Amino acid sequence: MIETISLGRDFKVRGTLVPAVRDLTFRVEAGEFVGCLGPNGAGKSTTIKMLTGILTPSYGRALVAGLDPSKQRKALARRIGVVFGQRTTLWWDLPLRDSFELVRHLYKVDRDRFGKRLAELTEVLELSPFLRTPVRQLSLGQRMRGDITAALLHDPEVLVLDEPTIGLDVVAKAEVRSFLARLNAERGTTVLLTTHDLGDVERLCRRVLLIDHGRLAFDGSVAELRALVPDQESIEDVVAHLYLSSTRAAPRTPRRTPDADPPTVTA
Amino acid sequence: MTAFVLYLRLFQYGFRRHSTYLAAALAGAFTNTVFGILRAYVLIALWEARPGLAGYTLTQAVTFCFLTQAFIGPMQVFGRGLSFGDRIRSGDIAFDLVRPAPLLLWSLSEDLGRAAYLAFARSLPPTLIGAALFTMAGPVSPWFLPSFLLGIVVSFGWRYLVTLTSCWTSDDRGMHTLSALLTMFFSGMVLPLGLFPGWLRTVAEASPFAAMVQVPADMWLGTQPPLQALAFQLFWAIALLCLGALLTAAARRKVVVQGG
Repeated sequence: MIETISLGRDFKVRGTLVPAVRDLTFRVEAGEFVGCLGPNGAGKSTTIKMLTGILTPSYGRALVAGLDPSKQRKALARRIGVVFGQRTTLWWDLPLRDSFELVRHLYKVDRDRFGKRLAELTEVLELSPFLRTPVRQLSLGQRMRGDITAALLHDPEVLVLDEPTIGLDVVAKAEVRSFLARLNAERGTTVLLTTHDLGDVERLCRRVLLIDHGRLAFDGSVAELRALVPDQESIEDVVAHLYLSSTRAAPRTPRRTPDADPPTVTA
Repeated sequence: MTAFVLYLRLFQYGFRRHSTYLAAALAGAFTNTVFGILRAYVLIALWEARPGLAGYTLTQAVTFCFLTQAFIGPMQVFGRGLSFGDRIRSGDIAFDLVRPAPLLLWSLSEDLGRAAYLAFARSLPPTLIGAALFTMAGPVSPWFLPSFLLGIVVSFGWRYLVTLTSCWTSDDRGMHTLSALLTMFFSGMVLPLGLFPGWLRTVAEASPFAAMVQVPADMWLGTQPPLQALAFQLFWAIALLCLGALLTAAARRKVVVQGG
């Protein structure tokens, strides 16, 4: 469903090339639930942006749902859903329901299918109390549920989420997680998410990709990830150990300042 | 057909988004009217001393003053007004780039909705109050309406380009200030372009800014040959929209979306 072959992206910062993603090769099969981990600046968001057609790769290639994201962006947009935890696709001044209506026209979803899908999502994500509320008045948890709904109205085969649980409280996090787990189990939607929250990974992902310095540092199950550092107890400690040891082994990708051709800083 | 429905919806939402802020629109209309009255008295003093200046009669000069005040809202003379400007700054533009619809048509529809609302909320009050307090020349030319509409499209085309530059500059404030200054000065907003001396007048009258304010006002007054003036506006509308489309394509290739 998702495939990359030595995918890479460099950014030019003050005349020097800074590699953000290098030689990334992996495959995600249909119906998988994959978590993408890595320290800030490791290249996770850059990868997501290349997979969704926002950024053009410097080299290598990507295939998502059989399409080349940078060349077939529009066709791809109709088949994938995208959620950026720190961004919103909703119209700030309009009631939530109106944003959904716009998304319906944008993705050309017919009225009946849209009504059915929205009713389902409204029930599962408990949107009804704030469907008529302008987006600017929603809490972060409500807005995130709104954004997830907007990404799923056209029934995509693949859902890509960049830090979907960032800033959410414990209850809201649990709700988002259980929704994603159901979506994957019941509809077979392929899910790829990036996160810094290891709870997301432990509870949701059968498979973990660890990206560091723009490279794929680990690809396997959560249990295998734990086994890498057997003397550490919690998954947090395991990951912290891996991040730290990689820092000692090689210099971190330079941090980029927001005023200079800014790529992704907070992965 | 379905694409048309989408843009119609966006137009409606542009209208509704702005109608949410009724108090802001009324305050704007009030300010535009008060400044209109102040400007009118300055122009009256000027035209009584120098009748027939810039080829206008006194009545035409006062009418010009209130018309230009009425254009501030719909033509967004002080710049900005496009929602994706903030979205470039915050990085939310990432979403707009994922959408299967072109950003240019998308924001044009929204902007026309905005202009339609402001034509009611901010153009009617200064025009009506101006007509009640002073003698104003009635609409002579039936070409005024298409010219008004083209003025809005030209204004959009210009603001779209200015807003898009922040993909390269990281911060859009400088460009917006510069653009507001240029628009105010060269559109006829400060003084009718006919008052400008020599080459400055030639430049101003050929600029896209003239197509936003001076030309629609002249259409109302009937002081410009209508077909030629419409062709001039149409030229700038098409030229700016084409440039906008090219720049969007360039931005897509080049732009790096800010933040995580």
